[in-house]
Amino acid sequence: MAIIEARNLTYTYPYAESPAFKNVTLKIERGEFILLTGPSGCGKTTLCRCFNGLIPHFYGGKLEGEITVAGLRTTEHPIHEIAHHVGLVFQNPENQLFALTIEKDVAFGLENLGLPRDEMRRRVDWALKVTGIYDLKDRAPYEVSGGQQQRVAIASVLAMQPEVIVLDEPTSFLDPLSAKNILEVINRLNKELGITVVLVEHRLDLAAKYANRVIVMNDGQIILDGEPRKVFLENEAALIGVGIPKVIRLYMLLKRSGLNISGVPLSPEELSKSIMEALIFDRC
Amino acid sequence: MIDVKDVYFTYPNGVEALRGVSLQITDGEFVAIMGQNGAGKTTLVKHFNGLLKPTRGRVLVDDVDTRHVSVATLARKVGFVFQNPDHQLFSETVEDEISFALKNFGFDEKTIKERVNWALNILDLTRYRGTSPFMLSGGERKRVALASVLAWDPKILILDEPTIGQDRNQKERLRQFILQMNHQGKTVVIVTHDIEFVAECEPRVVLMANGKIVADGAARNVLTDPDLIAKSWLILPEITNVLLNLKDIGFPANVMDVYEARDLIIERIGWARK
Repeated sequence: MAIIEARNLTYTYPYAESPAFKNVTLKIERGEFILLTGPSGCGKTTLCRCFNGLIPHFYGGKLEGEITVAGLRTTEHPIHEIAHHVGLVFQNPENQLFALTIEKDVAFGLENLGLPRDEMRRRVDWALKVTGIYDLKDRAPYEVSGGQQQRVAIASVLAMQPEVIVLDEPTSFLDPLSAKNILEVINRLNKELGITVVLVEHRLDLAAKYANRVIVMNDGQIILDGEPRKVFLENEAALIGVGIPKVIRLYMLLKRSGLNISGVPLSPEELSKSIMEALIFDRC
Repeated sequence: MIDVKDVYFTYPNGVEALRGVSLQITDGEFVAIMGQNGAGKTTLVKHFNGLLKPTRGRVLVDDVDTRHVSVATLARKVGFVFQNPDHQLFSETVEDEISFALKNFGFDEKTIKERVNWALNILDLTRYRGTSPFMLSGGERKRVALASVLAWDPKILILDEPTIGQDRNQKERLRQFILQMNHQGKTVVIVTHDIEFVAECEPRVVLMANGKIVADGAARNVLTDPDLIAKSWLILPEITNVLLNLKDIGFPANVMDVYEARDLIIERIGWARK
């Protein structure tokens, strides 16, 4: 059974004239790594807010259609119940950090779950370590840099070990190397622990290689949905506003110039390898 | 001109964010200050409009020591757009937000109206004129913050992480816009770790690590130097990386542009076919 399933979902914010998204039908299976992208204001953040019940419980407004997450109809279950199953990491870490120390922030959600102390300790330490902020655990969240705050936000969600994590541009405040490290952490959670990941990201160059599926939204609707290499390759025009990773653009340019080059690359290494092979092949 | 003379800065909690920084930015330059989170980039640029004053050393803006003037005075000349738009937005509508500073600076009603319209238009915000900034998406709020500073036409523009939350089209607009501002003679300083964006803009790059400047030069030289990039905890531009892997078979290691890379590879094929 799908872990997230939306049918003809349409949502309008209170006082808004038009829906933020309309008629979204979507099925996400357990264990998938979804890259959700689209131009600013396309409705992707709003859609994510439906996955953990923030919509409609917190934001109000008008939600039509049906959505179930981990078997729960989000309209019929309170946010704290949905939170056992779905963790949401916000775009702006300041919106979710509030405790006096980083460690307390990461432990907060677990305290609410009523876990035994040892288990809590273990999970908090683990979450702090995998996000690389263990040494900062006694500092206050507001004292550390934007990138470090984002790691705290991710750690507090990871500590809950939810079945689904939804991350709304989690790397936007991070430098590229930290972004890469965080994405690798998220990838490990997905591949090793089987946690379903919904990642909202503009940085397709860094994120594409981890995802098994890319969903592109535009103007409140899903316009593309499929395997990354396929989506990038076949829909150049539709993706202009999203930004095709540069390795794929170079790949397309080379193809168009008549170079016989194999495989759609998702990383510089893959493209270098194909170019090398094409050069050798061409010479024969 | 911005003249930073051997500046040290320590935050009240004891964190030493700048450790002997000297830097000159002349009028009309376009500079990207880059480096890892916590390298001291934002701390440095907060010295340019007097938000922070050096613990040791001096910062001169057009020969005026920032320790001796108020932020309000410097602001007329140095516009600062924060990394997090929520730190500067507070009005009920986007229009009020953009006109706020203009009113404070004492512009007349007609000028305010023109400036607001201009800023809304250039940042693609006209349809949100009467909307609350807090109803907008992160990327849109970021543009409102930028519009509110642009509106008073400061001579020096400092943008802290301007590409965060911006999609491809908006980044391209932003790039065009920065180049246009720069072309009109404004000094533009961006703080960013968006390597691909900087690779497309090709400004002067000042690379920071641990509160110090570790490199200063043309983007093409700084961003394609694997040792410098590793030392600053950044990553190479994608295209540089592709060709660097092919360095052993004679490809240059300092290419950042997709079209340039294509031409080099195709040329190479032609050469191999002969």
